[in-house]
Amino acid sequence: MFSPYIFHFLSIMALFSAVMVLASKKPIHSVLFLTMTFFAIAGHYVLLNAQFLAVVHVIVYAGAIMVLFLFTVMLLNLNKDERSPKPIWVKIMALIAGGMLMLTLIGVFRGYDIRLAQDPMTAQIGLVKNLGKILYHDYLLPFEMSSVLFLTAMVGAVLLGKKEQI
Amino acid sequence: MTNLTTIPIHYYLIFCSVLFSIGVFGVLIKRNVLVILMSIELMINSINLLLAAFSTYTNDPAGQIFVFFIMVVAAAEVAIGLAIVVLIYRTTHSIDINILNKLKW
Repeated sequence: MFSPYIFHFLSIMALFSAVMVLASKKPIHSVLFLTMTFFAIAGHYVLLNAQFLAVVHVIVYAGAIMVLFLFTVMLLNLNKDERSPKPIWVKIMALIAGGMLMLTLIGVFRGYDIRLAQDPMTAQIGLVKNLGKILYHDYLLPFEMSSVLFLTAMVGAVLLGKKEQI
Repeated sequence: MTNLTTIPIHYYLIFCSVLFSIGVFGVLIKRNVLVILMSIELMINSINLLLAAFSTYTNDPAGQIFVFFIMVVAAAEVAIGLAIVVLIYRTTHSIDINILNKLKW
């Protein structure tokens, strides 16, 4: 019964902090507002009854990715204002382009009359037990390939971060 | 039992569209590479949320598996992207994308 209010609260929080990511001058404030957006989206996952995704989202995004961004900003001492911000006409054109994209998407989706399952919560598809069975039964090969992808990314990051010339 | 049917799917569609547009706007206006990477993260998150919403509303768990794989790819992308940013900073002492136009011609 409270879920529409929670939905609106989380949406406003996510949109506000997403705007503040772009509006704040220093990169470290952008990172912290981005973390707030991630937590709001994790709340959305909980509201969708996708508990596994909510936990994974908090661990991966609010844990790993935020720490990566913060380390990059703090260790390289990048916490400075932009030296040469883009001219005002570029910003106006970007605003027009982004606004046109948003209006187009909303206009498309408003006319999209969709009839979905009447009672979506009878099957608890977002739980760990169900998703684990599907992940290890139907999607075993992509799961293993993603581990290879992680290994490749790790080797690449170490190779790029070395001091010597490659 | 949660009453998910009180939230129409259109709310999720509109919310994710607005979030995606904010990400596109951020990529267009910013010159800092870090903020551009954050805007890309915003776009990926909006797509993830919409996939999870449709997966729950249509009672099909494949969408949530796809969200999981997209998270894997996004984590790898951020790791490599930030390593490249560190490398750029080490050679040019700036992360302004205005300097990075050597491959344009």
